[in-house]
Parts: sequence; structure tokens; C-alpha cells
Amino acid sequence: MKSAVIVFPGSNCDRDMAVALEKITGTKPLMVWHQEYDFDKVDFIALPGGFSYGDYLRCGAMSARSHVMKEVIKRAEDGVPTFGVCNGFQILTETGLLPGALMRNANLHFVCKDVTLTVENADSMFTNAYDKGQEITIPVAHHDGNYFADDETLNRLEGEGQVAFKYASDINGAQRRIAGVMNARGNVLGMMPHPERMIEPALGGSDGRKMFESVMNRLG
Amino acid sequence: MKNGNEIQITPELVKEHGLTVEEYERIKRAMGREPNYTELGIYSVMWSEHCSYKSSRLHLKKLPTKAPWVIQGPGENAGVIDIGDGQAAIFKMESHNHPSYIEPYQGAATGVGGILRDVFTMGARPVANMNALRFGEPNHPKTRHLVGGVVAGIGGYGNCVGVPTVGGETNFDPSYNGNILVNAMTVGLADAEKIFYCAAAGVGNPVVYVGSKTGRDGIHGATMASAEFTDDSEEKRPTVQVGDPFTEKLLIEACLELMATDAIIAIQDMGAAGLTSSSVEMASKGGVGFELNLDNVPQREANMLPYEMMLSESQERMLMVLKPGREDMAKAIFEKWELDFAVIGHITDTGKLTLKFKGETVGDIPLDSLTDDAPEYDRPWVPTPKREAVSVKAVDDLNKAAMDLIGGPNLCSRRWIWEQYDHMVMGDTIQRPGGDAAVVRVHGTMKGLAISTDVTPRYCFADPVEGGKQAVAETWRNITAVGALPLAITNCLNFGNPERKDIMGQFVGCLEGMGEACRALDYPIVSGNVSLYNETNGKGILPTPAIGGVGVMQDIDRMATIAFEGAGQTVVLIGETKDELGASLYQREIVGEDAGLPPVVDLAVERRNGDFVRALIENGQVTTCHDLSDGGLIAALADMAMAGGVGVDVTVDDTLPLHAHLFSESQARYLVATDADTAEQIRKEAKDAGIPVTVLGETGGDSINVNGGAVKLDLKALKSAHEGWLPNYMANAS
Repeated sequence: MKSAVIVFPGSNCDRDMAVALEKITGTKPLMVWHQEYDFDKVDFIALPGGFSYGDYLRCGAMSARSHVMKEVIKRAEDGVPTFGVCNGFQILTETGLLPGALMRNANLHFVCKDVTLTVENADSMFTNAYDKGQEITIPVAHHDGNYFADDETLNRLEGEGQVAFKYASDINGAQRRIAGVMNARGNVLGMMPHPERMIEPALGGSDGRKMFESVMNRLG
Repeated sequence: MKNGNEIQITPELVKEHGLTVEEYERIKRAMGREPNYTELGIYSVMWSEHCSYKSSRLHLKKLPTKAPWVIQGPGENAGVIDIGDGQAAIFKMESHNHPSYIEPYQGAATGVGGILRDVFTMGARPVANMNALRFGEPNHPKTRHLVGGVVAGIGGYGNCVGVPTVGGETNFDPSYNGNILVNAMTVGLADAEKIFYCAAAGVGNPVVYVGSKTGRDGIHGATMASAEFTDDSEEKRPTVQVGDPFTEKLLIEACLELMATDAIIAIQDMGAAGLTSSSVEMASKGGVGFELNLDNVPQREANMLPYEMMLSESQERMLMVLKPGREDMAKAIFEKWELDFAVIGHITDTGKLTLKFKGETVGDIPLDSLTDDAPEYDRPWVPTPKREAVSVKAVDDLNKAAMDLIGGPNLCSRRWIWEQYDHMVMGDTIQRPGGDAAVVRVHGTMKGLAISTDVTPRYCFADPVEGGKQAVAETWRNITAVGALPLAITNCLNFGNPERKDIMGQFVGCLEGMGEACRALDYPIVSGNVSLYNETNGKGILPTPAIGGVGVMQDIDRMATIAFEGAGQTVVLIGETKDELGASLYQREIVGEDAGLPPVVDLAVERRNGDFVRALIENGQVTTCHDLSDGGLIAALADMAMAGGVGVDVTVDDTLPLHAHLFSESQARYLVATDADTAEQIRKEAKDAGIPVTVLGETGGDSINVNGGAVKLDLKALKSAHEGWLPNYMANAS
């Protein structure tokens, strides 16, 4: 599986994502600097965490309007599996590839800790290696992870199986404890928790691996 | 105003610059004439306590700084040690006390930014941040606001640059009510063959400015940090710099990218005293002159004067000397990262710092005079009077005493703090905050760096020499307790006004103790920082020589944590408990006194016990270990039980009163837990080695139970108090 990690000024989980992808897929990902927007064809696109453009204006707002994202949007619309973690999730909602928005955490503090997630949909491109309802431990590290969408959207997301993960308990004030959502087509996932940080026991666990393995299953 | 030099130098102006009459005379002698306004500003910052170490230099020279593994000791931006396999660890700790008290968020944030730059300037990728924080008493009206602001500032900066903040320490004491301490430490990793230094070389070579633009912020920050606070210090808020961690992140990446080429001859960050101190240090270390054309300095504000540009402490800026002809290549890298890049001058052979502005020479200073001629004071000092030993009484309810301590401000969980720090980014945090030392894997290897910051200011106040020893020994012990070999330290020496004999006595005493410990433990000092004048309205802080230690473990799979690993582990105490309750936390918090002698630090015993424990971890006999420190045995047992989610049942003998067993802060002690057979083996090995060893009991149950119920702490209640204190305190907005 050939993957690309998009790097913006201020991305800071790009190396972590690359290490996880290489460890799990066996192939070094392509690191795509935001100005290199005609990058090679890949099977999987990852938008890493960090503080792209310093989170100035709104988290992800400036990256969402970058040239490279125009290309990412095009490829995602063509069906390329596209995955955003943390700031990557914020960028995906800012582009409109995913519905909703990520607001400041309800308690206004940055939060970094392991959280328990429940797998809400175990049939998707990104979650098929998990079991439905399975509880997994993945860390969060964010200041703006409070997922918001209107009720109609939330009902649709839940009804159509677009909610991939929920927090087992409230972490940041997110509506319906949503931690990760997919687009209607199921090839774009955004999530606040960091699966790339939970890929070996030395880091505290391996529950994040199956997310990457799910994609590998699907891509064959 | 044309260039500012129209301003007349008056005695009042000299005084406002923090210079004494004698110091001003010294400047005139050095220059052979009166300085102009720009030059006066430059002398004032270079000769400030913060930059010149004029009160401390004499004593700092006595500290041990050498070992076969030391690549670079004090005197550069940070210390460098060899960690094997061609790699080096680069680290330093620095204070940002005064700005953090005035503006806690930006003060703390820029403290982190500054120390990061000190480390990546030398060619290292920063891999871990740590900190040592001291606040006033919890019920002081400012404390809550300061804790909240400082923690948010440290997190705001470190989280954004993507360097994990892996630990630190936080204490409360009334002596910090008007003068908090914010000490930040960064550890980086570099190729041992590719360390960058600041000595400029090559007449004619370009002097290059990169990073953010220069504004008017932070002018005279170094001078502010060299004076006592008074009630109107709030007015100094404009001298606090504003940080931009996003730019810092870009600067790290751009500098490391350029460092991978061979274009850089010398590089230096612009920290305290900004363009002045960076250019002076680079030129004087290299024995050359600098000519700077200030018109070329990237400026954020209009009509800046030479004085302002030279003294600005705008953040996220670096100065470099490049090989000739490499400017275009270097510029392309900085443009890629959207940072300013400007050739602002060149190296000369004049030995002077020459400043040009709008076609005129506005400053012309012999560099030697700024550094070599800087005043050095042998300040008068008196040794701290020896205290009398006291007997510390037992309180009636030892259960309550233990509960109050473990669930109180001094020993409670710092989770509320470190959960606001991204402590996992970079994917190598092997031991997270909350243990004895943080462990960060050396990327791509099985090796780990263990890092710990410590000092016990109570002890330093009671007996500076013992306190100085103890601060060094405690970091050594914490690093040992995770299974790493302690290699070297950095320090941040926070004291009151050195012009007072008793304060200077504390300083001299602490340094004596530190030096002794460093020598005995083969644990040299490779970098550091001194912060004096930590006083408000004449009241000094407790002497606080914060120590940051770094060690290495060869295999992160052979590491210990403090957590008990389920029921049925045998708990063994290594080291001897004595009736040492003087200056203890129990005495201060529970008995309400602060008297007597602090625990004695026997460095030979410290080393013997520590080497023994480290071997147990290295050879796989032990994976649960915790050192004993504040709060003594009961606090350590509680930490281990809470971390492991299992109780423990122990028995202590009657050679000491029960309260001494529980709360004594005797040094060189560790608790280890392992299976019964291994525990027996450890007991024998310790006995054979002449090391005091006691099998205390076994893990299990849901309480911490001492002597069949003489003291019994319910684990759930304890954990709730321990975890609850800080969040509850912070939630109670005053």
C-alpha cells in the first residue's frame, strides 16, 4: 500500500504518522510538502496532526484553502481513502469533505491522555479489523476537539453509520461523544484521537494498528 | 529623532539602565570616552546580572564540569554529552521567572521557546521538554491565576512546536508568593560529529539574520530580570516578550535543514538581550569583529532606533555566520519555510562591534570590553547558621496525617498539569509523566534518555550545603530508579538578592554541596543558568537550585516504573531509614514547624545503593521501583499502590517510632517490588554487599496497611484525594 503524508507548515505529527505507516504497511510513505501539489498517485492519503499555520484564524482553516488540499479533495472525491487525525480532522471539516466542525474543548483546556473509544461501525474502510462495540484505547492531544453539528446532521451520521468512533465518556464536550466521522461514501475518515501513537506496547498499547490494517484489508 | 544618540547621557539615565556609578566609570575607561545612547544600552544589558553572571561567575568556576563523556560543558548555548553510537544529547535549563510573574502565559511560553532555541542552535532536534515550577501558597490571591497561566503557556508553546513535555515538578511555598519560578529544560539529540558552536570566523564572511522580524517587545528584559520586584512591577508588562510557537516550529525545521548542509560556520540564537548578546558572543568567542548594518534588520515596526533594535528581545530569531557564497542556498531554505532571511553584516578584523544606521556609525565598541572587562564581584557572604537538631513529634492521627499530605498541595497528583501538555508527540515517550523520571526513546533505537528535574528548597534553606547535595542526588536517584545511568546535569540557580550577605551565603553553600555531589556521583554540570534578585519588596525566595539530570538506558525493555504489578509482589526497602524528620514535609505541613536539620546526604551510600538498584533493573530482576523523597515511605507506597491499582500490606519494626518510619526523608532509599523468590535473592545480595535491606511486605488488597492496621489508608479514598486536590483547587475560581 502506497501512502502519502501531507505536510503543512506547523504539522508536527507528520513523522509519527510516517513511522506508523512504514511499520504497519511495510512501505515508507511519500512525504508531500504543501507546495508540491502534483504528487504521485497513492493508495492512501494521511493528513497528520499538528498546528498547521499555527492554528491561526481557525484550526485547519488556512490549510483547507491551500493548493495541496485542492488536489487532496479531488482525489478523495475520486475515491482515494483519505484520513485526517486531529489537525487533519479539523482540516477535513474545514474543506467540507466531512460535515460538522471542531470547537474549543468544553473545559477550554488542552487535553492529552489515553481515552477509551467504542467502535461504532466495524464494516468501514477504516474500521473493519475491529469488532462493532469494541472498546479500544487511543490517546487524544488537542485543544479543539469538541465536535459539533446540527441535530439533523448528527441523526444522519448516526443513521448512516458514518460515526466511526465515540468516546466512552465525555472528553471535550463533543456532541454525542463523537470522536471520528466518515463521509457518506465511506472513503474519508476524520478523528481527533491519534491511532498512530498507539502502535506498540512500548508506547502504551497497539490498539491503533487495526485502523491502518483495516485500510490494508480493503485495498488488498 | 535621527538615531537616538542625540539623547544626553545623564546620571539618571545611567541609573535607569541598572548601572552603578562605578560601572559607568568602568565603561568610560574601557571605551576611552563617553558612550553614546546606543552604546550605553548595549553595555547595560551585557553587564546585567542576567548576561554577565557578575555575582555568580566566581563561584560557578568551582563546579565540576568534566567527564570523559562530556563533549561540551558550560559556556556554550547548552551542554553536550556523548550517549554512544555516534549520538549526543544536548540540554539546558533556564529560568523565566520575572516575566512569568508579570504575564504568566507569555512569560512561561517564551521561556520554553528560549530554551528550545538554545538546544537546536547547537544542531540538535529537541526531543523532550521538562520544567520546574514554584508557586506561592495556594491561598494567596494570585497563585491560582499564575498556575493556570503558566501551565497554559508552557503547553501552548510546547504543544504547538511538537516537542513533548514529558515531566517536571511543581511546588507551593509562601516564599514564592511575590516571585514565582518558571524553569524550563529542553533535551535534544544530535549527531556527535555535527555539533554547532557560536564562535564566528573568517573576515568578510556574511552575518545572517533569520526568523521573525524585530519589534519593540522585550526591550530591557535582561535588565528587568536583574532587579528586585516592587509593587509597581506590573508596569513592566511591556518588557515581557510575546511568543509565536508556529514560527519557532518553522525555525527549527529550517535550521535543521540548513545544518544538514555544510554552509554554517557559527550560529547563535537571539535570547536575552537579543541582537546585542548574540553578536557579541559570536564575535568575541571567535576573536573577530562584527560590522552590522541595522538598516537591513527585518523590522516589524516603523522608525525603530538602533538602540531598540539592539535591545529588542523579540522571539524566534537566530544569527548565523555562513560560508561565503552559500547565502542563496540558505535563503532558499528559509524562504521555503516562510521566514525572514537577511544578510545584516560581515565579520571584520577590528575586534569591535560596529553599528551602521542610515549611513552613519551609531555604535563602535571594543568587544573585549563588553565581555572581559565586565565587572566580576566577590560579593560578601556569610555562611548560613547551622540549625540545632530537633525531635519532631508524632501527631495523634497518623492516618489523617498521611491522607492530608498525599491528598494535599505538595504531594497531590500533577495530572491536571501534565494532561495539558502533549507528552506523547514524536512517538518516543516510553515513560510518561507521573513516575520518577521521564523516559524518551532515542528515535529508531532501543536506547532511552531518562530525565528528571528536582530540588528540595526546604533543605536548601535549612542547610544550603546539604540541600545542594540533595538536589543533585535526587535527580541521580530518580534516573537510577527507572533503570538508567545518570550522566550529567544542567541547573537553574534561583536565589534572592546577591547583594545581601545571607543570600549570597545560601548561593555559595548550595554550590559547594552541588559540586561535592557531582564529583562523588561522576555527574558533572554541563550547562546552566543563574537567576538572582528573586525578591519582592525585600523578601527573598527559598534558595532553589533546580537540577535537571539526564541519563541513558541501553534497553528500554529493561526499565522500571513506580506501579505495583498486581497482588502478590514482595516489597523490599533498599537503604536505611533514620529518624530524619527535620525540615521534612511532615514537619512543615502536619506539625506546622520548620526547624532542625535536613536529612544527611551520604554520597558514598547514595552511589552504592543506587548502583545496586540500577543493576537489579538492568538485569531484569526488578521492573517496579520508586525512590523515597518528600513524604517518605508512606508517600512512596501510596504512589506505587495508586499507580498499580492495588493495595499493599507492610510491617515496620520498632527501632524507630512509627511516624519516623512513615515520614522520615532519609536519603539513598528505594522501594522495589518483585516476586517472592527474586525478593529473597535481592535481600541476600544486598546483605552481602553491606547494603541495608528490609522486606516490608506484600502487595494486595484495597488499602495501604501498615503494621496490621496501625495505619490504614483506603486506596480508593486516597486516590480520590490525591487526584482531586489540584483540579478542585483550580476549579474554585477566586
